[in-house]
Amino acid sequence: MSATIRIPTPLRKLTNNEEVVETSATNIGAAILDLQTRFPGIQERLLDSNGEVRRFVNVYVNEEDIRFLQNKETPLKDGDEVSIIPAIAGG
Amino acid sequence: MAKTQGFMQALRCRECGRTYDLEARHVCEFDFGPLEVVYDYDRAKKSLTRQALASRPHSMWRYRELLPVAGEPTVGLQVGFTPLVRADRLARKLGIRELWIKNDAVNYPTLSFKDRVVSVALSRARELGFDVVACASTGNLANSVAANAASAGMKAFVFIPSDLEQGKVINSLVYGANVISIKGHYDEVNRLCAEIAGKYHWAFVNVNMRPYYAEGSKSQGFEIVEQLGWRIPRHTVVPMASGSLLTKIQKSYQEAVKIGLVEDGEYSVHGAQATGCSPISAAYKAGLDFFKPVKPNTIAKSLAIGTPADGFYALKVFKETGGAAEDVTDDEIREGIKLLAETEGIFSETAGGVTVGCAKKLIASGKIPADDSAVLCITGNGLKTLDAVAGHVGQTREIRPSLREFDALVEKEAQMISR
Repeated sequence: MSATIRIPTPLRKLTNNEEVVETSATNIGAAILDLQTRFPGIQERLLDSNGEVRRFVNVYVNEEDIRFLQNKETPLKDGDEVSIIPAIAGG
Repeated sequence: MAKTQGFMQALRCRECGRTYDLEARHVCEFDFGPLEVVYDYDRAKKSLTRQALASRPHSMWRYRELLPVAGEPTVGLQVGFTPLVRADRLARKLGIRELWIKNDAVNYPTLSFKDRVVSVALSRARELGFDVVACASTGNLANSVAANAASAGMKAFVFIPSDLEQGKVINSLVYGANVISIKGHYDEVNRLCAEIAGKYHWAFVNVNMRPYYAEGSKSQGFEIVEQLGWRIPRHTVVPMASGSLLTKIQKSYQEAVKIGLVEDGEYSVHGAQATGCSPISAAYKAGLDFFKPVKPNTIAKSLAIGTPADGFYALKVFKETGGAAEDVTDDEIREGIKLLAETEGIFSETAGGVTVGCAKKLIASGKIPADDSAVLCITGNGLKTLDAVAGHVGQTREIRPSLREFDALVEKEAQMISR
């Protein structure tokens, strides 16, 4: 099984410009660890020194903010789409 | 170090301080922190003086040294310098000594404060070589991008939530903009736009142009200080969606002091939200320095942002200035709109009802003391959100064109009153 993760522009230097990567991790926390193994350095971009998702990083699973789900414990299943998006100003 | 352009020196991350060139880029590559324009304040101080201002045109561009364009602005030259209205009748109703309304409901050309940020974003977009501009919007921004792009001969794509007021939709379509309606709320529109912005090389005013765009809001604060006779108001009440305007009002006061336009003094900046979308106000009341995102449900659609990008910094502004946050229900928003209209003759959109309603609560609770003075920032025009008040502001009485019928109506109403 695998979920896909859309990599935002500021992080693509770390993923050799790959926009979408696959992961077999079963939750968001594990997916970030998986990314770190394959693209060293990406974890500290996403997580702060306490291991929490950074203040200005929004993570979505199938278009839903993980803060409305189970944060880093949010489960992933086959076919899920993860987006990582910087916070945006108002309009 | 980045290359200086005009009075701008670089873009800098608010979180970690890393600097970047002055390009279309909005987040720090390292920690996703928002980037801000760094100015050469020493040079600005020499050039932006009260004396120099005396002979400049009455538009937001009179403060050009602290607005982020490299050369002369090319879009929205007439924007800003909206009236600052002494509001004695509303002051009596709210129970405060001195009250002023900064009335951006009559901003040029699209009747909201967004014309300020858009004229900056589009002028800068042109400098950076873009000919397509875009935005994610709750309505007012879309209107302004559409109109200003039309006048500048640029192509516009605006993305809005599908449940917007008709007035705001037509107000974008009429200028010939591409209006894309998204089946979702603003935070979903925003998320999509972040992904579109990563793929299409357009100037997204509130995405990759954000560092420039957001600075335009400072002009409202500079104007307030100048229009008060070079004085920072003791209290300012600002509506909050993403929280950006509030943080830029504080920044404008700080910069006015920094370059010697005005003397430093004590001031508080307060934030207003709708209870149906109040992540920042809720965090303030709970004593937190971070917010929890919410799903918006309010008639104040222009403030319906459940994941406010500047929420964290807005909470900091309260801490630094002794400000507070409040929120009001839909009924209180309508009451606020009516109160402002009936006392001052100013018809504001729902966000203005939020600001008036919250100011009332802040004064009643003593957070704004009754013997002080305050400025309320009114950011948009009531003609755009008629749906929100229709059926709540009384109704017309219809008669035939007959004096007898009119006399009867007057008599009947006199009886009702005397009863």
